[in-house]
Amino acid sequence: MISIRNIVKQYANHRALDNVSIEIEKGKVFGLLGPNGAGKTSLIRIINQITAPDSGEILFNGEKLTQKHISRIGYLPEERGLYKKMEIGEQVLYLARLKGLGKEEATRRIKYWFTKLEMESWWNKKVEDLSKGMQQKVQFVATVLHEPELLILDEPFTGFDPVNAEIVKNEILELNRKGATIIFSTHRMESVEELCDSIALLNLSHKILDGKVKTIRNNFRNGIYLFEFEGNSISGNNNLPFTILSETNHDNSWQLKVRINEGSRVNDVLQYMLPLVTITKVEEVVPTMNEIFIQTVSKAI
Amino acid sequence: MNKILLIIQREYFSRVKKKSFLIMTFLVPVLSISSFVLMFYLMAKQSDLGDKKKVEVVDESGMFQNSLKNIGTLDFVFSGDNYKSAQAGFLKSGYDYLLHIPSGCTGVQLLGEKKPSAVVLQNIETRLSEIAQSRRLQKAGIDTAVLALAQKPISIEPIQLTEKGIINAQVAVAYVVGFVAAFLIYMSLFIYGAQVMRGVIEEKVSRIVEVIISSVKPFQLMMGKIIGIGLVGLTQFVLWIVLSLVLSTAAGTLIAKQAGVATTANVAQMQQAAGPAGATASAVAPQDPASNATKIMQSIKSIPLTYTILCFLFYFLSGYLLYSAIFAAVGSAVDNETETQQFMLPITLPLVFTFVISMSFIINNPDSTLSIWLSMIPLTSPIAMMIRIPFGVPWPQLVLSMVLMVLGFLFTTWVAARIYRVGILMYGKKASYKELAKWFMYKE
Repeated sequence: MISIRNIVKQYANHRALDNVSIEIEKGKVFGLLGPNGAGKTSLIRIINQITAPDSGEILFNGEKLTQKHISRIGYLPEERGLYKKMEIGEQVLYLARLKGLGKEEATRRIKYWFTKLEMESWWNKKVEDLSKGMQQKVQFVATVLHEPELLILDEPFTGFDPVNAEIVKNEILELNRKGATIIFSTHRMESVEELCDSIALLNLSHKILDGKVKTIRNNFRNGIYLFEFEGNSISGNNNLPFTILSETNHDNSWQLKVRINEGSRVNDVLQYMLPLVTITKVEEVVPTMNEIFIQTVSKAI
Repeated sequence: MNKILLIIQREYFSRVKKKSFLIMTFLVPVLSISSFVLMFYLMAKQSDLGDKKKVEVVDESGMFQNSLKNIGTLDFVFSGDNYKSAQAGFLKSGYDYLLHIPSGCTGVQLLGEKKPSAVVLQNIETRLSEIAQSRRLQKAGIDTAVLALAQKPISIEPIQLTEKGIINAQVAVAYVVGFVAAFLIYMSLFIYGAQVMRGVIEEKVSRIVEVIISSVKPFQLMMGKIIGIGLVGLTQFVLWIVLSLVLSTAAGTLIAKQAGVATTANVAQMQQAAGPAGATASAVAPQDPASNATKIMQSIKSIPLTYTILCFLFYFLSGYLLYSAIFAAVGSAVDNETETQQFMLPITLPLVFTFVISMSFIINNPDSTLSIWLSMIPLTSPIAMMIRIPFGVPWPQLVLSMVLMVLGFLFTTWVAARIYRVGILMYGKKASYKELAKWFMYKE
């Protein structure tokens, strides 16, 4: 869907993007991650053709990205805003028509979305009369109205209460099921795990990690397991095939977090433990995206 | 192009639909015309409306007994008392002032409980001087008829001799028209330019700009806004001109009627006042304001109205385009209106400078070298040229000035657009002139 190839963006005093290449597959949800100032917004602006890269190119479905693709992209910026004094209906209509929709078609779709998200009564209200969450909803509708093939959402859930965040999340997933590719930029790692198929992690203008979420998490497996068992503590024993990270106990029931020694497997640990205690639960602790994020970014620094 | 039209539409209708626009559009001509009418009305009816002052006169010279007649708001009553007793009884007498004329006419005093107004003082002074002058001349043996002839005022009628023939050149009207046109342009450049700037800041602060320029190019957004607001200004001016013409025609007939009545009344009054020496007094009396009004109304027609209005609209539009582009660039560079201060100087300086020079110098020397230069430079020509136009500008100069104006706004728009496209995306960065220059140099 989108091929980002060797993008370089130089500002006067710093390089915002340094030779960044990313592939985004059609119909997937792609997470664009990175700490503040990593270059995410610069990259998103380049995909939106708000700014142009100094070198490198972007392909949209195999063809070079040009102005004609604008109507096929929907963009919800992180810092969002609407005209405060303008009526909601008129405003969404204006934004949709700027994306190239005809007046009747746009009106029809706005009505559809307003009904769907229970916003019908807002049509003649002014933005300044709406709460922040309501404004976000209006903006979301304005972003998806022209049924873009590529949807770029920068922190789409901020400002929503949990109920509305859920509604918007489901709408995003539904659009994705209908075929929209989604680029999703966020700091909230739990939503990355929940929503994204693949991610790219930017830090200090460089891409430092990318791939499928599952693969990445597997790659970051580091032999940490969680055991729950009944019996006596085993922390006093010698020659353990693992290192104990933590051990807690509740009424004769123990919780043990260990890192398995190099060369050993989980079966070795089980073999060691079976004669000693009664095992009730074994679980591999795969690092969360949050941990991977922190680990990778702080390593890079 | 279609998208620019959409933006123009939004900018235009969102402003024209506002109540403040309607109020301004209808209130301004109604207010200005009615204050104009009121002014003429007061001038014509001054004597009836003014507060009558009663003046007790103690004339020891004996020169004024029959000549000093009541004028306008002043009633003179000659007192039989001598000065001392008149002075003693003055506070209880009910008179407003006590005029004491010693026998040699030197050391004339006006006594009153309150200070007399400058107008009262000047009126009495003028009357006394006129009468005294006539009396002295008569005493020297000059005949009344000769005197009247000698004192007849001379007024000059300016005539313009052009290839098209003789035109009645009403300098006063050219003065007023030039002044009003230049003033309107000066004001509107600030008003509509500031609207552009505020619009840009609003879009930047509310962050909607990022959504919009993911759909259109920054240049389209900027031009759409400038053109949209320019059309608002144009609409307002056209409505003002039409309304003013309608209202002033109505007011004109009204004034003409009033003036007719007032003039006859005044003439009657004057003739009444004409005693032995009175004839001379009425001959040198200040010109009747009401007849002045009719004269002005007539001579307004001596200015080519359509030509002036077209020039005005051209200089308003081109001046607006030039300055509003700069205003837009300033708006894009800041995060709120208070930060605009540091960039306002280069905008306001040429405007204020031209305005001051125009009102003090160009209007009196419309064809001097400095005036011609100022009416050529695009930054100053909208105001400077509008001052000159009612006095008549050779067409090569006009054409050159207009061409330079067009080139000027194309240039500022180009520069402004380069700053604007970067500026609108720079949040929370304090912009300096150096920074602006950097933005200007950015490739894309």
